[in-house]
Amino acid sequence: MARKPDMTRPRQPGTSFKGLKMTTPLLRHRIASALLTSVATVLAAPAFAQAPAAPKIDAGDTAWMIAATALVLLMTIPGLALFYAGMVRKRNVLNTMAMSLVCVMIVSLLWAALGYTLAFTGEGPILGTLDRLLLRGMGMEAVNAAAKTIPESLFMLYQMTFAIITVALVSGAIVDRMRFSAFLMFAIAWLFLVYVPLAHWVWGGGFLMTFGLLDFAGGTVVHINAGIAGLVAALVVGKRRGYGAENLAPYDLSMAVIGTGLLWVGWFGFNGGSALGAGSRATMAIVATHLAACTGALLWMLMEWHTRGKPSVLGMISGAIAGLGTITPASGFVLPWHAVIIGGLAGVVCFWACTSLKQRLAYDDSLDVFGVHGVGGTLGTILTGVFAAGAVSMSADLPGGSPGLLDGNPGQLWIQIVGAAVTVGWSGLLTFVILKVVGLMVPLRVSDEDERVGLDIRQHGESIHA
Amino acid sequence: MKLVIAIIKPFKLEEVRDALTNIGVAGLTVSEVKGYGRQKGHTEIYRGAEYAISFLPKIKIEVAIPSDRVDRVIEAITSSAKTGQIGDGKIFVTSIERAVRIRTGETDTDAL
Repeated sequence: MARKPDMTRPRQPGTSFKGLKMTTPLLRHRIASALLTSVATVLAAPAFAQAPAAPKIDAGDTAWMIAATALVLLMTIPGLALFYAGMVRKRNVLNTMAMSLVCVMIVSLLWAALGYTLAFTGEGPILGTLDRLLLRGMGMEAVNAAAKTIPESLFMLYQMTFAIITVALVSGAIVDRMRFSAFLMFAIAWLFLVYVPLAHWVWGGGFLMTFGLLDFAGGTVVHINAGIAGLVAALVVGKRRGYGAENLAPYDLSMAVIGTGLLWVGWFGFNGGSALGAGSRATMAIVATHLAACTGALLWMLMEWHTRGKPSVLGMISGAIAGLGTITPASGFVLPWHAVIIGGLAGVVCFWACTSLKQRLAYDDSLDVFGVHGVGGTLGTILTGVFAAGAVSMSADLPGGSPGLLDGNPGQLWIQIVGAAVTVGWSGLLTFVILKVVGLMVPLRVSDEDERVGLDIRQHGESIHA
Repeated sequence: MKLVIAIIKPFKLEEVRDALTNIGVAGLTVSEVKGYGRQKGHTEIYRGAEYAISFLPKIKIEVAIPSDRVDRVIEAITSSAKTGQIGDGKIFVTSIERAVRIRTGETDTDAL
């Protein structure tokens, strides 16, 4: 752990790692924790000075959060649209993109009208209030209690982009066969009945937040949630025609690679922005995010190379997304080397889920929303309870930060497991009910013939002609 | 008049074209096709899902020539398209009943 001090910047006293002799791993960890604690104390000092003052909108925080909001929107359009569309067959490329696009339109409007106020105002254990119904009362000076240094309009917009991508993620499980109108109805109901309550429980002051669940940027709310919903939707909607018999190979993986790049970079805003300000916690989250993406991609590639003989590009990008999804709840709580391990585990476990587990359980989750996001989100939520280092998350309100098992707080692991289980239960049950109700109004699937001809031409009257 | 149809490996197209130009063939038609023969196909794996790709991409060349030049054309294609590996392709020869050059209305060998 020999680090070179950065000579270009003035160093705070007590932050030097020089002359540290390593003995046993345990001692090394203790020493590292102690040193980092002192680092974080120094870094957190300005926050101490600010806290008692009345909330003041900060230009730096606001600038970063505007950028982060744009990055997260970029993850859905065009990031996820390209990532998903590159993995379907040529006849369904536009339909797949349409699902991401329509999530942006519908979720944005509904979030501003009702979703935001139910998720992020008030501190009821189950749901928020209607104080910001249709954004009423959101004036120029307004701030949300969760982010007092940025305008509330920006906080609302930032959280909106999370709702958008979570609903859009689910579409990957049912592309190639779900009727567009049925997906629209599902998306609307799912936003209000599944996403909004979970966002409130975990981030908006609800019961999982008061219970102490650590979820920095959406391991439960976004990834477990979308992953479980994807699994249930894949089971309820049913397999694609010809699954296991016909060639369902991706149309253009180069599009998926471009989409992965946009998702990867956008994730800096997703996880880094979840610090809700421009500071060292945001940058530590970004460091963790990037390193986890790298080890996730690398380990998936190596696993595939070892077991299948070739390192596939689809494997590399799948591993990157697995690493990113898995580090999401932990980023902002863990140190960089924790992120390397979490990303690596994501690469191995999600590879196993998308290949062995999927074949054994014989479900047809078209683009592996469950195998990547559901499994990765669960893994990451639990590992947050293992690796969380108090030093990374300490603040004026929480001087000790949020430590996990390795930092002397084994109880956190149990909280994480309960939080993941609640998310799995709620998302799974409600997704099932919503799909059954939507299925009573309109068939969930397109006809066999439409599926054979392609959803682009039959659902949208267009084709890519490439 | 004969129509020589050759199925060849895609990367051999330029060599075949040069060989035919060298013996004075004035034009040919090329299409991208798929098919299988002894070469069979290959498997592709996407996140553990294996697909057998049984139709491989090939190039189909069609050359219309006077009957007396058939042997030289076949020889030119054979020598230029050959790698010695399975999958080098095949040549088929059929008779042409009539030919017309659209611009001038010339017919048969004058049209080739």
